[in-house]
Amino acid sequence: MAMIRLERRADPSNFWRYGAPLVAVLATIIAGGIMFALLGKNPVEAIRTIFWTPFTGRNAAYYLSQLPIKAAPLVLIATGLALGFRAGIWNIGAEGQYVIGALSGAAVALALYPMEGRWLFIICIAASLAGGMLWAMIPAVLKVRLGVSEILVSLMLVYVAENILASLAVGAMKNPEGYGFPGSRNLSQYPAVANLDIWSGTGIHWGVIAALLSVLAGQILLSRHILGFQIQVAGLAPRAARFAGVAPGRLVMVCMAASGALAGAAGWFELAGPSGIVSVDFNVGYGFTAIIVAFLGRLHPVGILLAGVLLAVTYVGGDVARSSLGLPAGSIQSFQGMLLFFLLALDVLTAYRIRIGRKARA
Amino acid sequence: MKRRSFLAGTAAAATAAAAGLPARAQADKIKAGFIYVGPITDMGYNYQHNVGREDAMAHFGDALETVYVENVPEGPDCERILTQLALDGCDIIFATSFGFMDPTINVAAKFPDVKFEHATGFKTADNVAIYNARFYEGRAVIGHLAGKLTKSNQIGYIVPVPIPEVIMGINAAFIAARKANPDVQFKIIWIYDWHNPQKEADAAKALVEQGCDVLMQHTDSNAPITLAEELGIHAFGQAADMSAYGPNACVTSIVDNWGPYYIERIGMMFDGSWATSDQWLGMPEGVIVVPEINANIDPELRAEADAIRDSIINREYHPFTGPLNKQDGTEFVAAGEVADDGTLLNMMFYVEGIDAELPS
Amino acid sequence: MGGIDPILLLASLMVASTPILLAALGELVVERAGVLNLGVEGMMITGAVCGFAATVLTGSPWLGFVAAALAGGVMALIFGVLTQYLLSNQVATGLALTLFGLGLSALIGQSYAGITIDRPPSLNLPLLRDIPWLGPIVFRHDVILYLSLAMVVAIWWFLTRSRGGLILRAVGENHDAAHALGYPVIAIRMAAITFGGAMAGTGGAYISIMRLRQWTEGMTSGAGWIALAIVVFASWRSGRVLLGAYLFGGVTVLQLNLQGAGFRIPAVLLSASPYLITIIVLVLMSLSRNARNATPGNLGATFHASN
Repeated sequence: MAMIRLERRADPSNFWRYGAPLVAVLATIIAGGIMFALLGKNPVEAIRTIFWTPFTGRNAAYYLSQLPIKAAPLVLIATGLALGFRAGIWNIGAEGQYVIGALSGAAVALALYPMEGRWLFIICIAASLAGGMLWAMIPAVLKVRLGVSEILVSLMLVYVAENILASLAVGAMKNPEGYGFPGSRNLSQYPAVANLDIWSGTGIHWGVIAALLSVLAGQILLSRHILGFQIQVAGLAPRAARFAGVAPGRLVMVCMAASGALAGAAGWFELAGPSGIVSVDFNVGYGFTAIIVAFLGRLHPVGILLAGVLLAVTYVGGDVARSSLGLPAGSIQSFQGMLLFFLLALDVLTAYRIRIGRKARA
Repeated sequence: MKRRSFLAGTAAAATAAAAGLPARAQADKIKAGFIYVGPITDMGYNYQHNVGREDAMAHFGDALETVYVENVPEGPDCERILTQLALDGCDIIFATSFGFMDPTINVAAKFPDVKFEHATGFKTADNVAIYNARFYEGRAVIGHLAGKLTKSNQIGYIVPVPIPEVIMGINAAFIAARKANPDVQFKIIWIYDWHNPQKEADAAKALVEQGCDVLMQHTDSNAPITLAEELGIHAFGQAADMSAYGPNACVTSIVDNWGPYYIERIGMMFDGSWATSDQWLGMPEGVIVVPEINANIDPELRAEADAIRDSIINREYHPFTGPLNKQDGTEFVAAGEVADDGTLLNMMFYVEGIDAELPS
Repeated sequence: MGGIDPILLLASLMVASTPILLAALGELVVERAGVLNLGVEGMMITGAVCGFAATVLTGSPWLGFVAAALAGGVMALIFGVLTQYLLSNQVATGLALTLFGLGLSALIGQSYAGITIDRPPSLNLPLLRDIPWLGPIVFRHDVILYLSLAMVVAIWWFLTRSRGGLILRAVGENHDAAHALGYPVIAIRMAAITFGGAMAGTGGAYISIMRLRQWTEGMTSGAGWIALAIVVFASWRSGRVLLGAYLFGGVTVLQLNLQGAGFRIPAVLLSASPYLITIIVLVLMSLSRNARNATPGNLGATFHASN
């Protein structure tokens, strides 16, 4: 009986490592085009708007500047997560750490308002790193001490964090000059802590710098540092790792701490810049999307950078398509969903080849 | 009639020209952008803003082009989407939710030639006008109806978040209901969400099970009305005319009718007379509408409600007319006076008689 | 408690909890087979819209539920093909499924907004309905609610008493061993994943067809995530899923009732409590020797037979 099956390659295919994402984008363009056509829109126009507007046309300069703003939190969070994912440590609660990090920074900023001095910004970043890290330490400690699944605890803590955010936005952090409306003071208008463009109009704020630094640091860590080696070994061969002197508990703590801290900082950079206000709608799912970004980037820092930018393009271009072509919000979300499916699906070609034919007899 | 107003219009223009006012650019075509916080299919708040956009399109025909973006969260993406509308050539942009306030101010500073209109906020600029509706005026009408309709003297009230707009509504309804029925009491449930059909349905059910036989809501979904229809009790629609969801249950609704305002403001763009303003519009201006009361209601009561509605439309009656006390017994409006707008916009207290505590 | 009628409260609680109960039962079977599908919310909302649309088009809510189960199943198949055949990561694929489901449902639902349907009739079991106390709480509900209770028993029986359940658990516990024994690991997991999708779809449709009788974008408002929490809370046991679902659903209903009765309650603490309780349960389980092995051994792991 003829059948299709997968056969593991002796070595990962370099052709498919780079080719698979391109094929996935092409497949998404075809499937998405069909969807847009079904919606009665010109598919070529829709696809062109989503992928090209950020780079061409008279407003390209602005849209280009929005790419780093959208990509930075994804890249910053995903780089941290990838460390753990490589070692088989599943922090899927980055969204919660992002929220708590932002709230920690905001707590410092609002407590010291209207004190001046740019050093406050540094303190807020430190607070957000610590806040995100501590929130991630809850699942880490439970994992190491009691063997509780970090997947489940970190996920549950997302909802706890969201409830804390909601309560602070309408309660303790409410703007005293806001006529009773929910939401804090606008921190992007508080010069001491604002996270604004470093070069005006480029969209490059301190979070973008931090994201680039994290990619660089991640790259060096994984290729040069002993910890990077331990992470790789722990992920590939957990039993061998023990013989190689890896302390699994310590590795869990380090990976969770790093990913929590980076997610927390991402939250603060977003709050002090693009968002400005502690509001119920502050978190828009970067922590979850970053998990997908980490896998799209093959858990590799540079890959994550590329994946983050690709998603940013679909966000920015997708929103342009919504207004200029009147596409419903749901169609853009579906389009992104398809893109992720295809990227995740075709990744298999890197490590496996498809064999069509009779089952091997060996 | 038409001709007369046309003549009046040209006369006014002529006077303006004669008075030596700077000639303002008259536009042949205007592009207007709208951003909504939720889906336009919510059949409530966002749906009504979109109806207002469609009213404006019908009014101006081909001269007006509109674009809209729905489902824009009140977070980091809002500023980019506003900028995008400005870059796409919108002459005027309506930001229809409170949380769009700071992004609107920021983007307006970057596009001095584009006019912005922000709903329900409090920050203006040379090119940012604000507009809001006196939702509480409708509450006075339905409060009276609710007070007369309840047999258990328990009225259920489903509310989103404790902000002045909402508290003002509770107070206005309570004042009217107590006037109609001195024994009436409110049961209030906060769901901390503007549109959450499941929670609204659960809250409505809880209120009915605790003895309420009339429901009011400041939340946006029609779930409570649908439930009221099934249980055979009375309820009032919010934001949109919800009678279709409760042909028997829906006594009437408080409808946000933004069309007249959008037409007026876009019209000013055409004749070049747009200027920043701060308008709080209600039933007299037709921005808040209380539609025909359900025919299954006793005609006498309908007439009473109509009379209250007309007295508000004619500005003869203000829902916050003294003497009025706060919940703690201190007076906030003296006898014969009416509450000023500042008091209303900062209303973070219940009026006397409400047996509930305001969440902090 | 002033004004709160415990009988009505319990009856409401059962209705409010049924969507999450259905979805959690489905996810329970999926996780017992060793698969973690985080796309429950996406499958629920797709079921909600497809079920509602089918009800509007055919006039039959029962066909609506069938359509919802099919829609949820098809969504789950996407997840299944990606994770089982193309070996994609389950966490990432599940999250993508939720994103896709939310978008797709909004698209499908565009032409169904603003329509209401009649409530499908309740069974109102004769005689039983008139039993004091118990009658109004338990015997005046709709058939889907009873189906959800029947599924609790059926899944309990299947997992603990049937040979099929034994094989399914073996696959979830150690897929390599199960494979070595000659069980078709992938086929079993695909079946479990599809079943989970159908249950999630049915749960979603319970919201649109039974509870609210309308379609609104995003109407599941996080029910799928609560269902995921319930499975963990229940330590992967069918009976405890029922307890968890009623407890989680009950917290919301009770919270609203207490407010109506005039109690001042810390809304945030109450809303966060199901998740905090789940964490505490996980910790307690880890302390008890018996419960420590409750987590399916291969939960979330990718299986590929190398020969």
